[in-house]
Amino acid sequence: MGKINIMKFTLNKAKRGQQLLVQQLPEGDYKLQLIRFGILEGETITCLDKIFGGTIIIQKNRLEIALGNDLARQIIVSSLN
Amino acid sequence: MTFQTNEIPVKTFPEYSKVVLVGNPNVGKSLIFNHISGMYVEVSNFPGTTVSITTCQYKKYFIYDTPGIYGVSSFNDEEKVTKEIILKADIIISVVNALNLERDLFLTLQLIEMGKKVSVILNRIDELKKYQIKINSKKLSELLGVEVFTTSALTGEGLENIDEIIEKAREGKQDKFILEKIKHIKNFNLDKSTYLLLLEGDRDLINKYNLQISSEDVREEIYIHRRNRVKEIVDAVESKDTPAGIFFSNFGRLALKPVTGIPILIGILFLIYIFIGDFVSQRLVDFTENSIGKNIVEYNIKKFVSYYIPSEIEINILDNDENVIETINEKFPKGIIEESEKFKEIETRTSGKTKEANFKYQNPIVQFFFGEFGVITMTTTYLFFLLLPLIISFYLVLSFLEDSGYLPRLAALVDKTFTKLGLNGKAIIPIILGFGCVTMATITTRMLGTEREKTIATAILQFVIPCSAQLAVITVLLTAAGLEATVIYIVTILTIIILTSTILNKIVPGVSQPLILDLPLMSIPQIKNVLRKTYYRTVGFMKDATPLFFIGTSIIGLLQVTGLINYWINFLEPITTKVLQLPKESAVAFIMGMIRRDFGAAGLFHMSLTKYQVVVSLVTITLFVPCIASFLVMLKERGLKIGLTIWAGTWIFAFTLGGILSHILM
Repeated sequence: MGKINIMKFTLNKAKRGQQLLVQQLPEGDYKLQLIRFGILEGETITCLDKIFGGTIIIQKNRLEIALGNDLARQIIVSSLN
Repeated sequence: MTFQTNEIPVKTFPEYSKVVLVGNPNVGKSLIFNHISGMYVEVSNFPGTTVSITTCQYKKYFIYDTPGIYGVSSFNDEEKVTKEIILKADIIISVVNALNLERDLFLTLQLIEMGKKVSVILNRIDELKKYQIKINSKKLSELLGVEVFTTSALTGEGLENIDEIIEKAREGKQDKFILEKIKHIKNFNLDKSTYLLLLEGDRDLINKYNLQISSEDVREEIYIHRRNRVKEIVDAVESKDTPAGIFFSNFGRLALKPVTGIPILIGILFLIYIFIGDFVSQRLVDFTENSIGKNIVEYNIKKFVSYYIPSEIEINILDNDENVIETINEKFPKGIIEESEKFKEIETRTSGKTKEANFKYQNPIVQFFFGEFGVITMTTTYLFFLLLPLIISFYLVLSFLEDSGYLPRLAALVDKTFTKLGLNGKAIIPIILGFGCVTMATITTRMLGTEREKTIATAILQFVIPCSAQLAVITVLLTAAGLEATVIYIVTILTIIILTSTILNKIVPGVSQPLILDLPLMSIPQIKNVLRKTYYRTVGFMKDATPLFFIGTSIIGLLQVTGLINYWINFLEPITTKVLQLPKESAVAFIMGMIRRDFGAAGLFHMSLTKYQVVVSLVTITLFVPCIASFLVMLKERGLKIGLTIWAGTWIFAFTLGGILSHILM
């Protein structure tokens, strides 16, 4: 049995309101900063909003976090809905 | 005894215990600190307000208030400075926002794992009910192994136990995973906190001890483990989560979306304009400056002086359009006291009419202090009846914006644009604060992640952003010059901001960081807090400005009396008259501008300028050197080389751009 192939894409391509599973975070300091906010590989986040197609607002539980486009492009996610 | 300092005065008082308040941004540390110290610290609803460590003495303790951080590490200056004091602390009070347990406990766990004596304050407990969240604080205390106290810093509830909170601090439960990780500590002569941070790859400490004991994998492993423990703890102590949607204010959401966010921004700017630009700077200031300042205060001071000193009094009676309809001119060679009947008659004749009084004195010293541009009379009117109402209104608006939680949303909204300028959206916060006070804003550039971003933001602040005092005077001058002048001024300044930062983006080395910004809840600001903040900022401003103002006008007065001013005017004449096409006397405004920014603009008040000359002179003054205070702060923050480069740059920059604009317009 082969694994089910899930569509992976970078966070900047997420749609508004989409529920996402975090697949991979960028290496280095940003990763640690994201982990501190509870954004870990394997966690579920929601793409709340995209501003001018650039900055991404994500929600995790009661936290709302704005992520710059450069960072969102380095975060790999998959869709949950 | 209170200090506000970057150098932490810990070594001086070994007999006291050092108690450090630590927590995420916007959890209420400063409110708690206020409560303990009784002193005032600014409190706001956005990250980055407490930029330096503040400390006070309380009983046998020294209490330290620190900037908000999400974890102990070296990702930015706030974290670095907080980490330093945490490492030296005897007792840590970990302040946690009860509404954001999941975010905040990461830091609390880290502090406990560092082996510090900790007490937890679960703050904003009163708001839990509103969001239908329940937290079992007893269970939390059990799981962490330290005492948990519930408080509402806003109402002061729970803070009466502050002695107990400090005294009961203890080392918490040590996690097996971490113990396993630090088992080699005995091979090193290091305390647990330092060792753990070294394992977590803290660059400052690695450099300090020249010791690399860990790899990227290990620090990541520790972070992930800690995060997972937070999750377990939150699952165990928190119940009945609210469905999403109740929790977040709709306004906060709308402020983010460009479709609604931009109209909201324009709406907010418009309201600010109505309030400051129309109501305060025209109606209110007209009343305070003319009716109170000139006609009551200044008039009575001059009248008092004239009782004993020879003077010539000229009173113009004005009609409703401020045209002179009658002039009364009388000399009192022996002072009013000798001819009080004559003076009484003048007062009766002019009472109840709109008037303008001029007192002239023969004696140059009296003229210097009390004359038309007298150091005492003019400064009093200018400081207290023109500037003060404007400053209060600016700070009121700024404090309101800060406390509403709107600014981080604005940061997200402008992030994309700022990226093009080599900054990220966070930089909007120092820049907005710059419209209040450039000096203070220069300090808040510390919240930015890299040296490159700090340099760019500092340069923008020092080059182009007018501070509230200057803006106040500019607003008054621009309203007088009309709509066209105002539009030209705003467009020019915006163009220059974009131009400067684009150029800086190209020439300043390094890379900028992308935005990672936690958006706090939007809330209606507490009026009490807004008023208190406005009050303290205004008092601070006036304390700062008043002596400098008197010194500044005295210097100008002395230069005038001695004739030295003419040398400067002639020296600068090629620039003022040829390049800028202004009267050569405008050189005086530039000297004044070096002392305080608003001075410079104020120096233009008494010159008769065309509307284009007003625009040119205001643009030049805006771009011209920062005030002495912010110049000094810049040197301290950015170092001598960058600081002096920026300062010298403003000279060339201001005159060149002012000149270009002048030749386009005239």
